[in-house]
Amino acid sequence: MELVARWQAFRKRAVQTARLCCGVPDYEGYVKHLHEHHPDRPVPSYAEFFRERQEARYKGGGGRCC
Amino acid sequence: MHTATVKPNPAAKILWFAIAIVGAWCLGVVALRRGEPINAIWVVAAAIAVFVIGYRFYGKFVEHRVLQLDPSRAPPSVLRNDGLDYVPTDKWVVFGHHFAAIAGAGPLVGPVLAAQMGYLPGTLWILFGVVFAGAVQDFMILGLSLRRDGRSLGHMLREELGPLPGIVAMVGVLVLMMIVLAVLALVVVKALTHSPWSTFTVAMTIPIALLMGAYLRWFRPGRILEVSIIGLALLLLSIWAGKFVADSASLAPIFDLDAKALAWWLIGYGFCASVLPVWLLLAPRDYLSTFLKIGTIALLALAIFLAAPMLQMPAVTQFIDGTGPVFQGNLFPFLFITIACGAVSGWHSIIASGTTPKLLANEGQARMVGYGGMLMEAFVAIMAMIAAASLHPGVYFAMNAPGAIIGTTAEHAAQVISQWGFVVTPDALLQTAKDVGEQSILSRAGGAPTLAVGMAQLLHNVMPGEGMMAFWYHYAILFEALFILTTVDAGTRVGRFMIQEIAGLIHKPLQATESWAGNLLATAICVALWGYFLYQGAVDPLGGINTLWPLFGIANQMLAAIALMLATVVVVKLKRERYVWVPGIPAVWLIVCTLAAGYEKLVGPISFTAAADKYAIVLANGQMLAPAKTVAAMQQIITNNRVDMAMTGIFMALVVVMTLFCLRAVLKAWRINHPTANEEPYVALADVAAH
Repeated sequence: MELVARWQAFRKRAVQTARLCCGVPDYEGYVKHLHEHHPDRPVPSYAEFFRERQEARYKGGGGRCC
Repeated sequence: MHTATVKPNPAAKILWFAIAIVGAWCLGVVALRRGEPINAIWVVAAAIAVFVIGYRFYGKFVEHRVLQLDPSRAPPSVLRNDGLDYVPTDKWVVFGHHFAAIAGAGPLVGPVLAAQMGYLPGTLWILFGVVFAGAVQDFMILGLSLRRDGRSLGHMLREELGPLPGIVAMVGVLVLMMIVLAVLALVVVKALTHSPWSTFTVAMTIPIALLMGAYLRWFRPGRILEVSIIGLALLLLSIWAGKFVADSASLAPIFDLDAKALAWWLIGYGFCASVLPVWLLLAPRDYLSTFLKIGTIALLALAIFLAAPMLQMPAVTQFIDGTGPVFQGNLFPFLFITIACGAVSGWHSIIASGTTPKLLANEGQARMVGYGGMLMEAFVAIMAMIAAASLHPGVYFAMNAPGAIIGTTAEHAAQVISQWGFVVTPDALLQTAKDVGEQSILSRAGGAPTLAVGMAQLLHNVMPGEGMMAFWYHYAILFEALFILTTVDAGTRVGRFMIQEIAGLIHKPLQATESWAGNLLATAICVALWGYFLYQGAVDPLGGINTLWPLFGIANQMLAAIALMLATVVVVKLKRERYVWVPGIPAVWLIVCTLAAGYEKLVGPISFTAAADKYAIVLANGQMLAPAKTVAAMQQIITNNRVDMAMTGIFMALVVVMTLFCLRAVLKAWRINHPTANEEPYVALADVAAH
């Protein structure tokens, strides 16, 4: 059981890292943040959230390394 | 949390002592063994020991004494948590993100070029440069940004030095970016010239990316991993199909392009990719290249560990005297600007003051991400050096020396290279080309093809198979081309926004990033700026890389010098003057290197001035000099060299101006007897967490 839980935690982190590398932050974390701090705002679906972040990533700023 | 206050136990002391001994022994073997080739594992072991010791001792010293990071202090991610940009994130996730953002083509190309001086000079510069300069820069800029709400390098420069130095530095960044895009695009051009197989596979990435974009948009929104796996499968398929294209009499000519044609294609592609909606082409390509990059670096590491190749390149070659064919110039200063990324890279200061400081959940994790991330990058550079040095030196020089020196036939090239003391037969060169499925490997400068042959040989040793070497070669070319093209797309877009911002100062409507007129105009200007240098490289008599890489190195190290100077100013402003040498010495070193290299590129035998004059004199006599065949082409080469002179002059002026601004700020802060740095006030993490 221990091992399964560990594997799941590892998997979650790996997916989170992979998504973050592509400029997509943790969706669950964002939904949680909205519930806690802005209960008045509508919660976007994952698809909406993804599109918004995809646009935001290439809006200028840092760019990437050589 | 404070590990510095804990007394180290005896077991730990013994362990660190043992690591130091092993490291010193390996380093001794790498540095002192002469006459007989050594195994790459010695280099890997020496690198790991140096990095581990640097991380544990010097990194910790910078953390506790110089930056005085405080795990009890609330970082920007906690203070300004918005669930999107500012999010407290697991440290391993931040590390992965940061490494993926700083790793690119740079650390793979620089060491390959520097291998012409032998593996030792470059390896030593990477090892000690990263510990004392590169990682210090990344870590300190990250630390400064953490204390300033995650602000960008430009913003911090304006705040700590004043508005004018901020603007000067940002102009430098824009110009640097244009040179970066041009030189990286040139690496792709060099790899694809007259290679139908490579050109086909790289061209196929466009329809594959479009397909992925459509899939993500309409079919399965946001399923990045899933679509990337599909994309990867299609890429591998296109590498396999590329062989048949190259063998086909009707298809091969379509993809058999010369350098000029490829340069035009890339310029056109860069324009389209940055004008089109991001979800269609740019974003899917980005996902693919990010994952492929990490996967390939892991593959390279695995291949080096399993194959454990012997280093065939001598430790030091005669080319440290500046007569080398790959790039001109002496060990000092040119080694130190040729290997930029991997030892110290100015670009990282932009990443370290971008997304990363907004994600770190605790100041105590900054050393691992900032200092540790850069050590990882240096390790990639060491692996590139090993891949290049494990090639037969004859093959290495045949691939990297320009056609103007070694000619265009295997016989002539083998003869010239053998005269340098690296005995090689024409058959060996032809056989290598045949092994990797190419017609010729001569004069494929730019690092990517050399690394690809090195990687192909290593992987072939580990996983032998008929025709597999050609597959691995084209895989390596594809992966480098893919992430360079992603940098070109994204960089063009960022450049476009910068140009629109500047244009907006003159005519307001141009600033609207949604307007098509402003968008097209700014993109065209941006593409023209880097496209000019790319085209110049494609027609350059010495093959382009020889000319443009030093310009890129000078520019990149200029930015690193600016970042380290900012760190120096802040250390003094915080009244921690006794640690001023920590960022100060590397800053001075980089200023000296950029100015010395710039000077040699302006005056003297290897300068752009000399090259322009040489062509001008020949033209005045009514003659032609290869590769120019017309008066117009001669004039073009003269103009190009004059433009490069001007660029070098601009970079040198920028360095001098920024140095003066920083000196002024340092002197002023030194005289005042209280801290004057613009840090945000202390907020305890415990207080925010309690809310």
